[in-house]
Amino acid sequence: MFAKRTSSLSTLIVEVNGEAVELSDGVTLSQLLQQLEITTRHVAVELNLEIIPFEKHAECILVDGDQLEVVTLVGGG
Amino acid sequence: MATEIDSKQYVAEQGTFQVGPFELSSRLIVGSGRYENATMMKECLELSGAQCITVAVRRERLHDADGENLLDFIDSDKYVLLPNTAGCYSADDAVRVARMGREILRALGNPGADWVKLECLGDSKTLLPDPIATLDATEKLVNDGFHVLCYTSDDPVTARRLKAAGAAAVMPAGSPIGSGQGILNPNNIRIILEYLKDEDPDYPVIVDAGVGTASDVAQAMELGVDGVLLNTAIAHARDPHMMAQAMKHATLAGRQAFLAGRIPKRLYATASSPEEGIIATHPYPRGK
Repeated sequence: MFAKRTSSLSTLIVEVNGEAVELSDGVTLSQLLQQLEITTRHVAVELNLEIIPFEKHAECILVDGDQLEVVTLVGGG
Repeated sequence: MATEIDSKQYVAEQGTFQVGPFELSSRLIVGSGRYENATMMKECLELSGAQCITVAVRRERLHDADGENLLDFIDSDKYVLLPNTAGCYSADDAVRVARMGREILRALGNPGADWVKLECLGDSKTLLPDPIATLDATEKLVNDGFHVLCYTSDDPVTARRLKAAGAAAVMPAGSPIGSGQGILNPNNIRIILEYLKDEDPDYPVIVDAGVGTASDVAQAMELGVDGVLLNTAIAHARDPHMMAQAMKHATLAGRQAFLAGRIPKRLYATASSPEEGIIATHPYPRGK
């Protein structure tokens, strides 16, 4: 807990698919997806209930408390 | 000399059908879920002859991802993908999921980006649709530019309301999803067809859900629906490969039987062989 608090000056916490993820300040959506090793061609990203088109991932800077859903296609009927 | 009959001509006459922006060559739409493995799914899609494949939208796994993606097994240049909103219990969630599906397909360049199979469920045990939430979501998605294919119950009044709300196709369930009970109320399907196709004969009505075997598909098609959407009946058959082919043939057989026009049902028999010229040695017993 102590470690988290000290690092909170330069980091932020976002929620990705219901899980907390710690990021450095100024990280973009593209960088987050890279960090999570996600291929952007097969996913859609919703940020705080709004879809972020893949063309805008590189310019989308995340802020503390952002809620993200990263989804892909699976088998379904 | 007898005229030569071209059987291919009759196969061609089952025709393509138009749903929203798409002209589909196969009247069978199949789902990609519940297969034992992805290779089996891929082979069954191929054998079914379907051109349109439904897919679901789910969270990307952040840990322990096996590196495989559905799209590694479905050639998105060959099939039109139809994303669903399966598992949504509110109009708002269904709209969110539809938009996510659109974004994935847009990024892929798949033409299926602007359409969606809308599922707004009301109950987890029956997976029956919530008609009010479905109508609400239909209006929202139509306003957002979607071609909406609505999964609904077989209630004719709801079906009519969904069409009026701008649905590109109405898709009544034959029976609950995955139940394999077939078409429980063919009369409701008949009434839906009458209501929705009145002065609009090309309006697409697709039976979605409940199919258990090939005769269910043929029965639906014989009623005059434009297509059938199924998944579990192939994926969980003992031999999915063979069932995929059976479904393909049943779709065609049912469509042809509908176009050909069945004979009326009668209480008593009518002989197929002529009565005239029957030999007299041992007269057949004759009823009075």
